[in-house]
Amino acid sequence: MASTIRVRASSNGDITEVQALIQHPMDSGFVKNAKGETIPAHFIQQLTFEHDGKNVFTADWGGGISKDPYVKFAFKGAKKGDELKISWVDNKGATDTTTAKIQ
Amino acid sequence: MNTTDVRFSATRRLILQGAGAVALVGLGNLPFGLTPALAAANDKYPEEAFKQKSDADVIKTLYGKTAEPSDKVKMDAPEIAENGAVVPISVSTTLADVTSIAFLVSENPNVLIAKYNIPAGTLPNVANRIKMAKTSNVTVLVEAGGKLYSASKEVKVTVGGCGG
Repeated sequence: MASTIRVRASSNGDITEVQALIQHPMDSGFVKNAKGETIPAHFIQQLTFEHDGKNVFTADWGGGISKDPYVKFAFKGAKKGDELKISWVDNKGATDTTTAKIQ
Repeated sequence: MNTTDVRFSATRRLILQGAGAVALVGLGNLPFGLTPALAAANDKYPEEAFKQKSDADVIKTLYGKTAEPSDKVKMDAPEIAENGAVVPISVSTTLADVTSIAFLVSENPNVLIAKYNIPAGTLPNVANRIKMAKTSNVTVLVEAGGKLYSASKEVKVTVGGCGG
């Protein structure tokens, strides 16, 4: 299966800008389907970004984040060609990981 | 002859894909063991805070202190969001020593949307997309130098993104 995580990390001098787009339903547990049944909560709880074995950004998410979540941040101390490791875990214990090269 | 070639390459592709999948699974398992342990040590997922129903309760559960409004916290949010399911909101601040940034929507069933942990070396700028049930105040909390700062803005929602 292809990765659920799409990342673009671009280096601009000392600053690396990171944009990530993840495929996930992000069901809050408050929405009903057409039959009036509540769609159970299913959302990513934690998303982590690591560079060189060090955590550079952690997102703690609830069900209020939009479907197929997007996040953007920037950090210092990386250079072109370095690897960035991205992982998420959701409230059902599912997980995915990918690595991206900084461009 | 041609057909054999095609079939051969198709099989080869399948095998390669299989190998790729195995490699992915292998890669996926290793961090699975490592990441939760790391996360637990540094910043545990604030399960309780995500269940709170008011701004004040979220702030109390998450930080245990009060927030002070600050014009150094800049929130970029639309005046009117036509689709409450996807509301783009970003925040930046000139405050120093930022350790975390949190997003709150007062009128949502669960007020806390997200909390971002900002280690040293990471810039205090975050953009994300959130769901809004209806027109509501959106508050951003910035924890910097052990203190808590905030900025709020009302975002009008035409079509709610939580109730379905």
